Amino acid sequence: MINTKPIHTLSVYVSNKPGVLARVAQTFSRRGYNIESLVVSPAIDGHFSRMTIGVSGEADGLDQIIRQVSKLIDVLHCTDHTDDAVVVKEMGLIKIAVAAEDRGEALQIAEHFGCKTVDLTETSMILQAVGDPAKIDALVEMIEKFKIIELVRTGKVLLARGAETT
Amino acid sequence: MEKIVMDGGQALIKCLEAEGVEYIFGYSGGSVIPIFDAMITTPSNIKFILVRHEQGAAHMADGYARATGKPAVVLVTSGPGATNIITGIMTAQMDSVPMICLTGQSVSWMIGKDAFQEADIFGMTMPVVKHSYLLKTTNDIPRTIREAFHISTTGRPGPVLIDIPKDMSAGPFTGDLHAEMDIPGYKTRAESIDIDKVKEIAEAISKSQRPVILAGHGVMISGAKDALRALAEKMKAPITTTLLGKGIFPETHDLSLGWLGMHGTAYANKAMCECDLLLNIGSRFDDRIIGDPKWFCKDAVVIHADIDPAEIGKMIQPQYHCIADARIFLEELIKHVGKLNTAEWLKTIDSWKQKYPLKFKRQGNLKMQHVIDEFYKLSEGKAVVVTDVGQHQMWAAQFYKTDEPNNFLSSGGAGTMGYGVPAAIGAQLGRPDENVWVVVGDGGFQMTEFELATAALYKLPVKFVVLNNHYLGMVRQWQELFYEDRMSGVDLEGNPDFVKLADAYGIKGFNLRRPGDVKRVIKAALAYNDGPCLINCEVEKTDNVFPMIPAGKPIEAMIIEAPKSGGKKLEKPTGST
Repeated sequence: MINTKPIHTLSVYVSNKPGVLARVAQTFSRRGYNIESLVVSPAIDGHFSRMTIGVSGEADGLDQIIRQVSKLIDVLHCTDHTDDAVVVKEMGLIKIAVAAEDRGEALQIAEHFGCKTVDLTETSMILQAVGDPAKIDALVEMIEKFKIIELVRTGKVLLARGAETT
Repeated sequence: MEKIVMDGGQALIKCLEAEGVEYIFGYSGGSVIPIFDAMITTPSNIKFILVRHEQGAAHMADGYARATGKPAVVLVTSGPGATNIITGIMTAQMDSVPMICLTGQSVSWMIGKDAFQEADIFGMTMPVVKHSYLLKTTNDIPRTIREAFHISTTGRPGPVLIDIPKDMSAGPFTGDLHAEMDIPGYKTRAESIDIDKVKEIAEAISKSQRPVILAGHGVMISGAKDALRALAEKMKAPITTTLLGKGIFPETHDLSLGWLGMHGTAYANKAMCECDLLLNIGSRFDDRIIGDPKWFCKDAVVIHADIDPAEIGKMIQPQYHCIADARIFLEELIKHVGKLNTAEWLKTIDSWKQKYPLKFKRQGNLKMQHVIDEFYKLSEGKAVVVTDVGQHQMWAAQFYKTDEPNNFLSSGGAGTMGYGVPAAIGAQLGRPDENVWVVVGDGGFQMTEFELATAALYKLPVKFVVLNNHYLGMVRQWQELFYEDRMSGVDLEGNPDFVKLADAYGIKGFNLRRPGDVKRVIKAALAYNDGPCLINCEVEKTDNVFPMIPAGKPIEAMIIEAPKSGGKKLEKPTGST
């Protein structure tokens, strides 16, 4: 599956109220935008949550959707951080099939990407990778020479650098 | 904290009364019995109107709100009671009408378990409400009601739904009736305005020689009639309105172009093509107005002032914009603009007015336009006119000139057939001393005619004018013009005798068939004030509405008069409906 549309990363600060996720998600789907990744977590003040949304689509239409999301009563603000100075991280867990004779090479790749081995059996291992989403993409590409049994990624989270607020 | 022994339903009624609610429109059912009981046990000034179908309640509340500017309340039961109001909620949302919808819900521990008459109305209505709540505790009632009214009536108004589980309305209330609101994400932008942007706009306006002001429903909602008129007269600029803006500027004023769009006046639409500057205040550039967005006002400077930031650039990218309440914007702008040199421009517009007037033939079969024109004259343009949706709606808008705000009520964005009859009842309740006329086609009439019972019960002097062509005329018009006359699903054979139907409800009925009788029958209806009356007008079956801009076409493609028969076939429209 190749997605050629640019991916935008939005941060949405919301009141922690029932239905808010559905309202935000609906605003994207109504206009035909696909949510690629979504992370919701409580903010420092438990009355609020922060959503980090990866969405693919053209910037033009997205501006309007951001305004529509911002308009939702439970949304305090919605910001496109795509080109901003931000720290973006994601975690991936990758379970691969590796027999004893290939284990050395697999661990070498894992080490190169700063992965932890969080599970190890005679026939498989689970690698935990944390970093820039592109780094995880690269890891997946390299590790594909082994059979990937299962894979899960958290979706990206971000915070603005320095004095900027997210 | 004020502690009173009461249940949730009683607390609810007290909160509604505190919000100044005058009417609740509704229909009872199992899950709202505690609230209906509270209407008896908690004395208040609120009057309850029992409808015949929940959709009727929603449109009545809508008609009441549009006629008065005040929100009304809809109260219905769970499940089908709640789903029956969705059309009414969507209608209100599309046209920014304030409305509070209270729906009963199954007891909270049964929600999500397919309880009897359970429907996820909170989820179902999410895309068509301004905001909504599913009540979690009885003590949240006061805060929720306060927030709902605030959200519904401020900023860009809209419907707010509160889903109330039966154990919340029946359970004991021990909370604070004066609880504070908690909506940190809600920005109304009621008073704020960027004065520098207004000055930029004024500067752009000062360079214009062929300006047009486009006033939308937002101007009406903000109550900016006087400011708008002052601006137009100061600038000497012609002014057109949207269908929903009809009446915000007197249509009999020299500077008025009437309303614009698909079936608007030819001169308003021509002005869109020829203007060098368009000042849009409180209109969302609906597709009925702009036709093909690529061509709309493409050589003109476009200015857009709206209270809703999401409207800026949605359809048309303006060169200048200002996010503000229409009245605040107008009052600020008028300080910075002066008279423009528009004499030539106004002369051109006058020549269009002479050349392309709205017209119809009084001879031959009775025309809808004739009926509307006559009742415009006999009511001296002072009636509150409510329409349904279709050909009659367009002709009512064309031939009933509106000089005052809130006097022309019509489902614009949603185009909801069945709106007219109940909305007129709501309007009459809100404006008891005024003449309320509803103009409705035979199709839309039969969608909600059951509310005649409500009109009869409360002896409301609404005049129901059924313009009966035995067709779904607007679709038939499209089939004739664009689908080589293939009539499909538009022939309303089997209509009942509407005068007999009125009689069955105890409502006075008139039949009108001949052009020669129009004056006499309308006079008789005007003189009848013992309750509602109905005029069944047997009109020309196959008349078409012109001018017409085929959907999705540039305004330049406007068809001003009926194409001569035998002419070449018209291309199918590409725009929405």
